[in-house]
Amino acid sequence: MENRFVYADNAATTPVAPEVVAAMTPYLTEYWGNPSSMYSKGREARRGLDEAREKVATLLGAQPNEIYFTSGGTEADNWAVKGGARYMRKKQGRTHVITSTIEHPAVLRSCEALEREGFRVSYVAVDKNGILDMEKFKAELDDDTAIVAVMFANNEIGTLQPIEELTKLAHEKGALMFTDAVQAMGSVPVNVRELGVDMLSLSGHKFNAPKGTGALYMRRGLKIDKYIDGGGQERMMRSGTENVAGIVGLATALELAVSRLPDTERIRKMRDRLADYILKNIPHTIYNGDPVRRLPGNLNISFEYIEGESLLLLLDMAGICISTGSACSSNSLEPSHVLLSIGLPAEKAHGSMRVSLSHLNTDEDVDYIIEKLPGIVARLRAMSPIYPGEGK
Amino acid sequence: MQYSEKVMDHFAHPRNVGEIENADGVGTVGNATCGDIMQMFLKIENDVIVDAKFKTFGCGAAIATSSMATELIKGHTVKEALELTNKAVVEALGGLPAIKIHCSVLAEEAVRAALADYYKKIGREIDFEVPEAEENVCHVHEIPEE
Ligand SMILES: Cc1ncc(COP(=O)(O)O)c(C=O)c1O
Ligand code: FES
Repeated sequence: MENRFVYADNAATTPVAPEVVAAMTPYLTEYWGNPSSMYSKGREARRGLDEAREKVATLLGAQPNEIYFTSGGTEADNWAVKGGARYMRKKQGRTHVITSTIEHPAVLRSCEALEREGFRVSYVAVDKNGILDMEKFKAELDDDTAIVAVMFANNEIGTLQPIEELTKLAHEKGALMFTDAVQAMGSVPVNVRELGVDMLSLSGHKFNAPKGTGALYMRRGLKIDKYIDGGGQERMMRSGTENVAGIVGLATALELAVSRLPDTERIRKMRDRLADYILKNIPHTIYNGDPVRRLPGNLNISFEYIEGESLLLLLDMAGICISTGSACSSNSLEPSHVLLSIGLPAEKAHGSMRVSLSHLNTDEDVDYIIEKLPGIVARLRAMSPIYPGEGK
Repeated sequence: MQYSEKVMDHFAHPRNVGEIENADGVGTVGNATCGDIMQMFLKIENDVIVDAKFKTFGCGAAIATSSMATELIKGHTVKEALELTNKAVVEALGGLPAIKIHCSVLAEEAVRAALADYYKKIGREIDFEVPEAEENVCHVHEIPEE
């Protein structure tokens, strides 16, 4: 096959869709007013903002006044976790937080910040497939639990958590339920009413909207403390002149993503074909995560005896973008906490590769990965001092 | 984080990959838990390193520094090879990102470990520091100020 560029790291970010750029452009060039201004230039921007809020609300099964736009997933996560916990302590004296060991750092570091404020945090383990251990979860949950924060879909291994069930259990004990749906949004159906959650975060750049856009859904009637003080935008809850064009882009992108959901099967098939090929043809490989309860585009595989950063670099030279949970490619020089949490030994986490496909990928992309990957893995193994050789 | 052109060249086209049969000195440093293992093979004649080969499990910097280290010691005396520092390897590669300096330390240590093995084999007293094999201790060396 001819050399191609294959972007297979859609869990990291996605390109902005042309339709999204088209929807945004008028809000940069023409309707550039401040939505808080009363004159017509401001009202044009306000209209775009209102329409976007309605669109996002409808797509989520929410009301417009339950949507707060933020600067992305990280801000929404921080706000929900810290704000939710503090709110419940103030209202009911609750001082306990439950989360999982495989959350995104935006949630984990927020929980650690709460620990420094005197909260007790339970980091509930997941099983070897990455699904939350329900028995351990139930054992932690009690009348002191302020908030439960468990992600809808994991960013590394794609596992889907039983959010509806967790929500019921949390509510039985009077705790708030928050889910980080950043990876799920646009890839699987997400409806806040069906889930019953109190709060949910999403991030635009994971579904073809620009970076720096996101939202927090907060159930009507719940009013945790605002997170950013200022001029009182977002109904006094999240100040800062609104990123109107970005918000319009987010709403447009979400609409497109949801309209594409019926086509998810194609992405799942591409992913499964790649997985099957690798597992059958490359020896010493490990499938990480759950084969069924998983985002359709996510694949995570460990190649034993090689290290992920070198794999990433060689694939990049072949035009393929993937990511790895290796320590060597992280700023902390720690292997992925998610892979360690599912019981993978560090040396196997080092050799992990995450492929995340989207609707923009094609069968030719998968063919190309299948063509390039085995040789690259073999090449690294040939220079690995710990590779025992094939069939050993 | 970005690698220099020289690093990418040595990573993409590593020099002296492989093993030497009946090597006069073999050294292995690092451990798989930390994500890096370097193995150095030396062929030595009259105290001159006539051939050097390596095998590395590790990142781009680990592979590039192993490759460069073998280049820097080949044709040199054992004494000269003992003076090889990780700094020299880094400089020869046109620099490394701060977070990757520890990989170059591994390259220096791999050379020393192989030379220690050589000394032991010929019954010479080891009068230099030999990296100790440590299980499950991952070293992140001091990150120098930018
Ligand atoms: C699960 C999850 N939560 C939160 C975030 C953070 O989102 P953002 O990049 O918009 O801050 C990400 C993206 O990296 C993510 O994958
Ligand atoms: S071998 Fe892990 S950072 Fe270089």
